[in-house]
Amino acid sequence: MEAVKCVEICKVFKKKKQVVALDHVSFSISEGEIFGIVGPNGSGKSTLVRILSTLLIPDQGKAYVYGYDVVREYGKIRPLINRVSVDAAFFKGISAWENLRYAGRLYGLSRTEAKQKSLQILDSLGFDQKRFNEPLEDLSRGMQQKVAIARAFFTSPMLLLLDEPTTGLDPRSKLDVQNFIRSAMKDHNLTILLTTHDMREAESLCNRVAIINQGRYAAVGRPDELIKKYDKSNLEEVFMAITGELWKEEEDED
Amino acid sequence: MKIKRQLYGSIAFLERNFALIKRYLGWEAVFLVYNVVNALAIGLIGIKMGKEMVLYLIIGAMVWGFLSILFHEISESIAWERWEGTIEYTFMAPISRFTHLVGNCLYAIIYGVIRSGLILVIVVLFFHISIKGANFFALIIVLVVSGLSFVGLGLVAAVLPLLSTEKGAYATHIFEAVLLLISGVYYEIDVLPIWIRPLSVISPATYTLKAMRAILIYGAGLKELYTMIILLLSIGFILIPLGIIIFREAEYYAKKKGKLKRSG
Repeated sequence: MEAVKCVEICKVFKKKKQVVALDHVSFSISEGEIFGIVGPNGSGKSTLVRILSTLLIPDQGKAYVYGYDVVREYGKIRPLINRVSVDAAFFKGISAWENLRYAGRLYGLSRTEAKQKSLQILDSLGFDQKRFNEPLEDLSRGMQQKVAIARAFFTSPMLLLLDEPTTGLDPRSKLDVQNFIRSAMKDHNLTILLTTHDMREAESLCNRVAIINQGRYAAVGRPDELIKKYDKSNLEEVFMAITGELWKEEEDED
Repeated sequence: MKIKRQLYGSIAFLERNFALIKRYLGWEAVFLVYNVVNALAIGLIGIKMGKEMVLYLIIGAMVWGFLSILFHEISESIAWERWEGTIEYTFMAPISRFTHLVGNCLYAIIYGVIRSGLILVIVVLFFHISIKGANFFALIIVLVVSGLSFVGLGLVAAVLPLLSTEKGAYATHIFEAVLLLISGVYYEIDVLPIWIRPLSVISPATYTLKAMRAILIYGAGLKELYTMIILLLSIGFILIPLGIIIFREAEYYAKKKGKLKRSG
């Protein structure tokens, strides 16, 4: 079964100038797959994640999650999905537990269930549980991101949208998160859409990768297939060969 | 299961907001002191004009305090989520927008009653005013029906920060300031220029203030306040569904324009 299907998605933002975030993007993700999207800043990765999160309406095209239309049937999609974004968005003044309890309630989890599940996940991520009741603003970026991962996983989503979940993390935290994703894939019936800047991460975690540039898909395939097709030694070289430009630290439209 | 989720959803907002109060308790104390001092200062203006005038002014300060809390807590709940960056997570959660807004409104009413109650006790003790003759049942009814209409106004105002982060917040404050001017908080509305008076007629605060003064100064009961209660109820029954409809439309617009995100 297809967990995600996007057909000719277009999205243009009109600000001071017109920005084409997505230009006729089509792809599908099978159930149980980790599908990676790599691309420079402003290439449309997060726009795609926000469309699938039911937070943004495309100008053209259709997007489906488990067969439900993201625009018309968003109410049926929302219980099936969750998300981790690059910035661990929380009420920073309150504790990890208070934030998780709040998120759990929104997804119908009781207090006990939320506590049990979140502690279990945080433990697997190497989170120091003594800091569970400390305000999030007192925790490091890596610890905050682990709480964000617990928030996404403890609602048992069928589709997880990971938008640069390891950006800015130290190598230890990055590894903890990547290992957790691998083990979660083994234990649960989960499908993941992962956007990342880290080509090694994409290569090691994803079943298939799409390289997106200026809102268009430049290449899609298994990492080893892409490496072979472009006659390169790793995904980073493939990326450079396809996009033909250096990483740009532009203001991220999405 | 669906009902359980919606119920938990409403509780989520109550719990989260009270957790934030606990975290910023120092600021709560500051706001309370400020509100008490404000009510006392306003009451003192009327001290040479007799106790009735003091009570008249204090009721204005108290009612305005309560309604401002409701209005602020509801209208700024969206702006607050945007500043914290949690807006996307809240809006993609599997709860209805009605549940989301009810949760915020419930919190605002409970918080408003607690804070205003505390101020009332302090002010009454300070001025040695007796409100023993007041019909407290009528007082509660008026507060509840006024709360409904102000919840409706808050919902309409909450749309503004949804559409624009900064400008939305400016507009919300202007909206509130106009209500203060037209509703007869510290004076009778007949002192207003004639061209402003029609606005007073449509402001629910006008009727809340009249009813509260009638109860606390003249000992009026539900029988005497029947018309005003019906008027307040009618405003609430129009404004709440209207607020929810406008909010849903604004959410669709925000989703279309890509405004449902941190920076807006």
